[in-house]
Amino acid sequence: MKIIKDKQIIEDSWQHIADETELVDGDITVSLSRWQQQTTELANHKGNIGIRLAPADIVEDISKDLEKISLIALEFPAFTDGRSFTQARLLRSRYGFEGEVRAIGSYMPDQVFYLMRVGVNSFQLGSEKETETALSTMNDFTVKYQASTH
Amino acid sequence: MYQYNDDDQTLINERVTQYRGQTERYLKGDLGEDEFRALRLMNGLYVQTHAPMLRVAGPYGLLSSKQLRMLAHVARKYDKSYAHITTRQNIQFNWPDLKDVPDILADLASVQMHSIQTSGNCLRNTTTDHLAGVCTDEIEDPRPYCEIIRQWTILHPEFAYLPRKFKIAVSGSEQDRAATQLHDIGLHIVKNDQGELGFRVLVGGGLGRTPVIGKVIRPFLEKKHLLSYLEAIVRVYNLNGRRDNKYKARIKILVKESGIEQMTEWVEAEWQQIKEGMEVSDERIAEIQAHFTPPTYESDAEQDSSFAANQAQSAAFSTWVKYNTADHKIAGYRAAFVSLKAPDVAPGDVTDEQLDAIANLADQYSFGEARNTHRQNIVLADIKQADLFELWKKLDALSLATPNIGTATDMICCPGLDFCALANAGSIDIAKEINDALDNIDYLHDIGDLKINMSGCMNGCAHQSVGHIGILGVDKKGVEWYQLTLGGSSENEAALGERLGPALAKDQVTQAVSTILDVYLKQRLDEEAFLDTVKRVGVTPFKEAIY
Repeated sequence: MKIIKDKQIIEDSWQHIADETELVDGDITVSLSRWQQQTTELANHKGNIGIRLAPADIVEDISKDLEKISLIALEFPAFTDGRSFTQARLLRSRYGFEGEVRAIGSYMPDQVFYLMRVGVNSFQLGSEKETETALSTMNDFTVKYQASTH
Repeated sequence: MYQYNDDDQTLINERVTQYRGQTERYLKGDLGEDEFRALRLMNGLYVQTHAPMLRVAGPYGLLSSKQLRMLAHVARKYDKSYAHITTRQNIQFNWPDLKDVPDILADLASVQMHSIQTSGNCLRNTTTDHLAGVCTDEIEDPRPYCEIIRQWTILHPEFAYLPRKFKIAVSGSEQDRAATQLHDIGLHIVKNDQGELGFRVLVGGGLGRTPVIGKVIRPFLEKKHLLSYLEAIVRVYNLNGRRDNKYKARIKILVKESGIEQMTEWVEAEWQQIKEGMEVSDERIAEIQAHFTPPTYESDAEQDSSFAANQAQSAAFSTWVKYNTADHKIAGYRAAFVSLKAPDVAPGDVTDEQLDAIANLADQYSFGEARNTHRQNIVLADIKQADLFELWKKLDALSLATPNIGTATDMICCPGLDFCALANAGSIDIAKEINDALDNIDYLHDIGDLKINMSGCMNGCAHQSVGHIGILGVDKKGVEWYQLTLGGSSENEAALGERLGPALAKDQVTQAVSTILDVYLKQRLDEEAFLDTVKRVGVTPFKEAIY
């Protein structure tokens, strides 16, 4: 599956591991609750660790673990759920997370521009066509009003 | 008024291009119905009963003559030659073609207008007092702050997918003419004990299904913290507002369920984290204020004697002055209301020819500017008293001088079942009936200050719950019924109307309104206004007369 990272289409190396599924080697993401329950086990994981945040998850809850994490995936249950936008902004501006912030789940290519502005830098979309569309929207605006955002 | 710089213009031009692309993808089938719905709504485009409806932003109600002419052009070229002024000081077109909307937006962009965030679950057009800058009770002109807020809201990347819509209003005067207590956030310019100006911040007010009066979350906010405080409130709402039920998703429900103390705690904690980085500097405020400097008033305007003479000679003119003009802070000037409530038109509707004519009158008499009011009229705010007689004659010839501002026939009315896909009941036809029943202007003036607000459904676009008389259309098994309330107000003493009794059939509504007015005339003491009588005697005498 191809994704967009830092405005480039690349091959994705990450696997999103569901809570009931066994861990595998390599770059994986787990849910926040699994991370909290299996922190020690995951510390010995062969590969990079990412955490998936659902909209209701509290960003502050992982703020102390951010150094151990290479990727945070913000999971959209529906494109109308805007909490991930705030989560991204808090991760970047309040907790200084410098790793990859990725949008996954149900969202529109048309939301990618705003997601970039709140600090998301990689995008896993539903299809190749959506990925192309998302890439084409990344320069929709050359000006902005909110000085405190990207 | 605020004039766009290059960046402002670039932004709205780029928005037109973006929306054109989205429309093309939708028409080709590349963008799903639900996805396009969310995107078009954030550009003010609804799909209504008969056709799409496009809502164009009137930034805090202010319009230049050039913009008025463009609205006339849009009405003529893309619509059925009329437009509609809304309670958010915006402008609606009821009949555009979906495929034409990108072209309409391009035309609007050429005069610094857009439809960004006039709908959808996002930060909406900020509203204010239609007499801002000219009224006699002003503490400070609120418009520069409205413009600062406008820029902060436009394309705010974090807050485009809120639980529900979000509305902000600002008032800068003693008398609240912007219904700030009935907004998601209400800002009231106030002076503190040290004599400094700042904002009293209210949160969680709103109309619609569950009308609530806003609560004070911060009695005094320094101006430099305006944006950080707004950002803190909206962030708390974005994270904590309910998303499981759209009827419980407004911030008023969050405030109600969590309590104002908890809400305040959340907001203040968030604000502490961001306030240092987001200050609005004095220079920035001054830069925006420079766009709102007063026009060059004539110092001898008051010397004119024709104004008094014309009033003495023409009773009709004198009546119009009494009802359709307001005091102005500069001696010799008055603000004049252009009544969009003539007896035979839908409240708030204005034709292309009238818009062009109002533009000309604005150029000739009022420094080229006009304002939309939240009661769906237009104001020419800076008329020299010597010009009022001529202005009146011209407005009269255009059917724009019905002397009914603030009276029973100056109704707020939503488009209702005739246009709106959400409506359960007609509203325009009832407004017409009430108008016919109250066609005696002397009777209307005897009744005096009265606000009748009528909505065709629970969503309450016409603010019926704060009408002195509120009329709410409901559907019962396919039949239109109407629920009446009494005693609501959106002004300083904000109050929600009290329900009068069971809903009435459509053919009983006008009679009931007449009965209410008769009871008032019988009950009132001396010069007592309708609302005061209702407060004093309660709803019982009215109820007894109707049921």
